[in-house]
Amino acid sequence: METAEQSDGGGLVFKPMDQFLVKPLSGDGIVQWFTFTNAALWTSLAVLAVFLLLVTATSKRAIIPGRAQSIAEFAYGFIHKMVEDICGKEGLRYFPYIMTLFMFIVMANFLGLNPTAFTPTSHFAVTVPLALAVFLGVTILGFVKNGASFLGMFWVTSAPLALRPALALIELISYFVRPVSHSVRLAGSMMAGHAVIKVFAGFAALAAVSPFAVLGITAMYGLEVLVCFIQAYVFTILTCVYLKDALHPHH
Amino acid sequence: MATETATDAYGAAETTSVGMPQLDASTWGNQIFWLLLALVAIYLILSRVALPRIAAILAERQGTITNDIAAAEDLKAKAVEAEAAYDKALVDARAEAQRIIAEAKAEMQDDLDDAIAKADVQIGEKLAESEAEIAEIRAGALANVKAVAKDTTKEIVAAMGGKADAKTVTAAVTSRMKG
Repeated sequence: METAEQSDGGGLVFKPMDQFLVKPLSGDGIVQWFTFTNAALWTSLAVLAVFLLLVTATSKRAIIPGRAQSIAEFAYGFIHKMVEDICGKEGLRYFPYIMTLFMFIVMANFLGLNPTAFTPTSHFAVTVPLALAVFLGVTILGFVKNGASFLGMFWVTSAPLALRPALALIELISYFVRPVSHSVRLAGSMMAGHAVIKVFAGFAALAAVSPFAVLGITAMYGLEVLVCFIQAYVFTILTCVYLKDALHPHH
Repeated sequence: MATETATDAYGAAETTSVGMPQLDASTWGNQIFWLLLALVAIYLILSRVALPRIAAILAERQGTITNDIAAAEDLKAKAVEAEAAYDKALVDARAEAQRIIAEAKAEMQDDLDDAIAKADVQIGEKLAESEAEIAEIRAGALANVKAVAKDTTKEIVAAMGGKADAKTVTAAVTSRMKG
């Protein structure tokens, strides 16, 4: 890969971050908001993958499912149960939104594992809007559902009165830190894994260490497969937890 | 080439940003635009087609399974019922057989008793008949003995030169025979 090695000066030059570049697929190289970039391509492919898995694969509506339909049903059951377990029955109203988040993240993550692919979820420009959408949606929902008593979430009535103002401050800070950790966790995990694989790939140019480099890439790749699913899972389950706080703000 | 120029353009940006393409604000609008488009598309796909369809498939399967289990339970109950009926029929048949055997035994006993009674009566009859005959024969024999004795006595008396009248001979013989 052209990013791994450049022969200026004869030494190894690592450019592990080049894979995250947003480039137009055609045109003059200026990225407008509507330009069809590699980011746009892989985002669209994620949509296509979701369509293939959840619509095309279930088109037979088989009572005894095939492989693809089983995966679709597993994904449905997985998120459905998660929402129901964490948020309760009334949380199921928001199941389609949470399923949208999960399917997009998990598909974007896994498509990003393809060689030369671009991973939309490795960008803060993607994860921050996702996390902000969850944060704003949940906060607004909390006030709409509970009115001012939503603020009771920050006033820990089970604690001694003297401690409550301090606890309220901590609760408030942690509440506003949520979207930050929510988005940085996902983008950071995706970026770090991909960058480490690229660094190993750079070492592969040296004949002496290339077997270890290839081994390292393989091991990292296996780990990344795990991370791709776990990060999508973590993002979704945190969304459910935040939603639960909005629906039932009193601990 | 376009990609090269993009890289170059980025390379220029890189010096100002911290080296992370993620922090290149010039691409944020593009990414956010396509992200929103993708999310809306996925939401529409899920809420209009995929989720109702999968929910229907799962509900249908649940229904099929429930029906099958109910049918299996029905069949099981029927099997248990059939077994009970079979056992009952077996017990009934056994009781019936016992009854028939007892009946036959009783009948045979009755017949036997009848036959024995009949035989006893016949034996009694025969016995009485025989006794009568024996008595008759005995009486006949006595009479004959009397007659023979009279005749013999008469002859003996005559042979001895006497003359015996019948009346004395008869009285003598009769008294002797009694003694």
